[in-house]
Amino acid sequence: MRESLERLAGLLHKEALQILRDPSALAIAFLLPAILLVIFGYGVTLDPHHVPLAVVVEQPDAITQSFVSALGGTPYFTTETFNTIQAADRAFDAREVSGIIWLRANFARQLTSRGDAPIGVIVNGVDANTARLIEGYLQQTWATWLAARSRAQGRPAGLPVAVEPRVRFNAAVSSRDYLVPGLIAIVMTLTGALLTALVIAREWEHGTLEALMVTRASIREILLAKLLPYFVLGMGGMLATLALAVTLFAVPFRGSLLVLTAASALFLLAALGMGLLISSFARNQFVAGQIAIIVTFLPAFILSGFVFDIGSMPWAVRLITYLVAARYFVAILQSEFLAGNVWSVIVPNALALLLMALIFLGAARLGARKRLD
Amino acid sequence: MPAAGESPAALRLEKVSHAFVSARRTATALREVSADAARGTVTGVIGPDGAGKTTLLRLAAGLLKVQSGRIEVLGIDVARDPDQARRRLGYMPQRFGLYEDLTVRENLDLYAKVQNVPAAQRHRRGGELLHMTGLEPFLGRLAGRLSGGMKQKLGLACTLVRVPELLLLDEPTVGVDPVSRRELWEIIDHLVHTEQLTVMVSTSYLDEAERCQRVLLLHEGRLVAATDPASFTARSTGRSFHVSAAGIGKRQLQEQLARTPGVIDATIQGAFVRIVTAPGAQPPADSLAALAAPLSVVAVPPRFEDSFVAQIKQVSAPPPPNTPAIATGGTRSEEEASAAMTRREGRAPSTTDEAVIFADRLTRRFGDFVAVDAISFQVRRGEIFGLLGANGAGKSTTFRMLCGLLPASDGTLRVAGYDLRHAAASARGRIGYMAQKFSLYADLSVAENLRFFASAYRLHGAQRSARIDWALEEFVLGPYLDVVSRDLPLGYKQRLALACALMHAPEILFLDEPTSGVDPLARREFWLRINALAESGVTVLVTTHFMEEAEYCDRLAILAQGRVLAAGDPESLKARARTAAQPQPTMEDAFIALLEAAAAPQAA
Repeated sequence: MRESLERLAGLLHKEALQILRDPSALAIAFLLPAILLVIFGYGVTLDPHHVPLAVVVEQPDAITQSFVSALGGTPYFTTETFNTIQAADRAFDAREVSGIIWLRANFARQLTSRGDAPIGVIVNGVDANTARLIEGYLQQTWATWLAARSRAQGRPAGLPVAVEPRVRFNAAVSSRDYLVPGLIAIVMTLTGALLTALVIAREWEHGTLEALMVTRASIREILLAKLLPYFVLGMGGMLATLALAVTLFAVPFRGSLLVLTAASALFLLAALGMGLLISSFARNQFVAGQIAIIVTFLPAFILSGFVFDIGSMPWAVRLITYLVAARYFVAILQSEFLAGNVWSVIVPNALALLLMALIFLGAARLGARKRLD
Repeated sequence: MPAAGESPAALRLEKVSHAFVSARRTATALREVSADAARGTVTGVIGPDGAGKTTLLRLAAGLLKVQSGRIEVLGIDVARDPDQARRRLGYMPQRFGLYEDLTVRENLDLYAKVQNVPAAQRHRRGGELLHMTGLEPFLGRLAGRLSGGMKQKLGLACTLVRVPELLLLDEPTVGVDPVSRRELWEIIDHLVHTEQLTVMVSTSYLDEAERCQRVLLLHEGRLVAATDPASFTARSTGRSFHVSAAGIGKRQLQEQLARTPGVIDATIQGAFVRIVTAPGAQPPADSLAALAAPLSVVAVPPRFEDSFVAQIKQVSAPPPPNTPAIATGGTRSEEEASAAMTRREGRAPSTTDEAVIFADRLTRRFGDFVAVDAISFQVRRGEIFGLLGANGAGKSTTFRMLCGLLPASDGTLRVAGYDLRHAAASARGRIGYMAQKFSLYADLSVAENLRFFASAYRLHGAQRSARIDWALEEFVLGPYLDVVSRDLPLGYKQRLALACALMHAPEILFLDEPTSGVDPLARREFWLRINALAESGVTVLVTTHFMEEAEYCDRLAILAQGRVLAAGDPESLKARARTAAQPQPTMEDAFIALLEAAAAPQAA
């Protein structure tokens, strides 16, 4: 036992020195997450914001004026007024505006007589997601304006159903608030699976693993010496991302740190298990990197519900997502950040993570032998 | 531990067979090998590439599953208890097993901890090893920054932190310069004497095999010979001769002799051609049919290498008649020569005094570091010129400048009449270049590689097909046309690489360590081809760290620390090292003597 600890200490010391001296390890563990955080925190936003709209007002009057200023008054749109649809079309074709609102000459008259009037809406559908969002925001603005107008006139709104939107959990409807927590899963996949697979493949390439195998170090010690440092690194990455998310990006955190840490640990173990498993058959860095990216990183990005909603995927793809560990972790993360400790979400997902961690670590342990064949 | 008394052998192999099975094919690495190594001895494992040397050592180290047969290490059955066996042996893999981003000290400490060397002993043992390997001054240096020779010594020190009873070394001296090789062997001998160590070492250097008490010769997985080096050498007694013929070039003579029936091996050695005859065959008569001049044939004592080549050729299946073996490599040289002549508009296809490569005070600096320091030399047409030197001597830098890949900092350099400062691209069209690791596309087939290189040299249509046909015939690559080059035997990889370098029929051929890692047989074949090329007027510039290959060069320059230490023909260089104690110095002796002489004034 004492001898085993001594060997483990030697291996851990070596691993620590290597991590500190290897710029590429530090880059994957810290620089890449930082870049992702900046991209997702600042750059990528799925919310329309100050979308340029052309408003065609064929006959300007007080009513159209009121509607145009209601549009411009939201944070979603900036408006530019045109007199004819042809002029607006030209601006649309030149990509100066993303959509057109068309108020015909009889707009004010119809509105006054019927309490409602048709408006033309043309949206650039190239980016379907944004188009749908613009559409939604427009409808909301229209409804709000109509209601406000009716109230001002002391009449009930002319709509058959009064829609009163209430958004739960992400009241600001900010995509950043749900993207940034999901990033923790990506960051931990990078250190857990990709980095681990790479560093072990490097040991194969340099023949150092071959040399270690003939020493007294047991295979358990060799694996443990890889697991522990990268576990610490991964948890560090998680805490750093959490800190930046809450401070720099003001993402709310409504759950408990303890639950988050425990869930992260489970996910990280599953990721490390995958990394070890990959490196047991991919013995050069190129292959190990490719495999790790394809089977861990990309699924964590695409199939985990981090960016794309799993519920709206075709059923075949949805089935595949059940094999992606990140899916369970992202569910926990989104709950912890946006809703709080929702046990009905946390418990089943945590159990799934535990199962995956056991399977992958177990397979890695069984697959590792002190032999080359 | 009862082992010591029970088994006299430190390592015992009984009918060990091993095969590597992959989806596509089964490769047999060892076939029923039985051998043993007595305690306190050094056993050398030799054989051509792919003979099964590494597999044998890995099996002994418990790194591969014993598939059939039995292996005992110090009386322990390796298949049954690999951990127990590993506790008592040391193993150094081919690439030394060092952590390159750890310092010398950190590497040693790691292995000491992993091997549970007690702290008190660790210090003493570490000091001893550092002293023995001369690594004391470099304790804080990263292993990755050490020279090849120092890495190898550190690797050895790491395997020795805990004194093993059996030491397994897998090609410990590949790519290591001669001085370091000699030092490593001194360390091994010392350990065997002082610590009763048993050593098994695989090597492709036959001079190293001669230092062992016993050699195991493997060929295609079979144990061909297991004996002591002296009796092994004696197997070709009476079959080795020096042949010379007045008025005939040694290269031409070698070519003719290699084709003579009954001659197993013909190599150039100094001014003579050394031949080994088949058992029972008579030495060649006074004259050869193809040559007008009378031969002088002198019997000489056999060398280890003679027996090595003879043994392997004896057990190898004779080549099928439609496969021209090395001996007939010359038959195409006339055609090649005439092709070359038409291309060069009738210029004389033999050595002339015209300098094809002209370097004058050639210098290359990297910042403050002078990698090549004002070296001057000239190479004439049709000459084989060698650049010899240890790692870091400036060989590669010189080479890159000659190929126009790296601009010179200072000095003049003309290749094929072009000044490389201004017309590197034009000069490159006249140059064929074969890089160290063969630089083939491993995933492409032989035919695809040839087509690619032909296109890269801007050959089209009929011209391209003609050159590819030439390459397939000249290098006997036809049977391998559709084989992916990754799966080619090493010797064929080398042929293909050479064929690719010759696609555009260059006037000058640059070979960078062309035979590194290639076994003696494949090296011989390679040099026969190179000789034929030189005979046809191609100028060849070659770097090598195999000192005996320097014999194939017409002239050579020995580089050290960026300068030319000595230049001349092999005979005159060897003559400089001739002393009373060493009347017949080898090229390696000469090399080491020159290096020592150069280092002496600095040390004083």
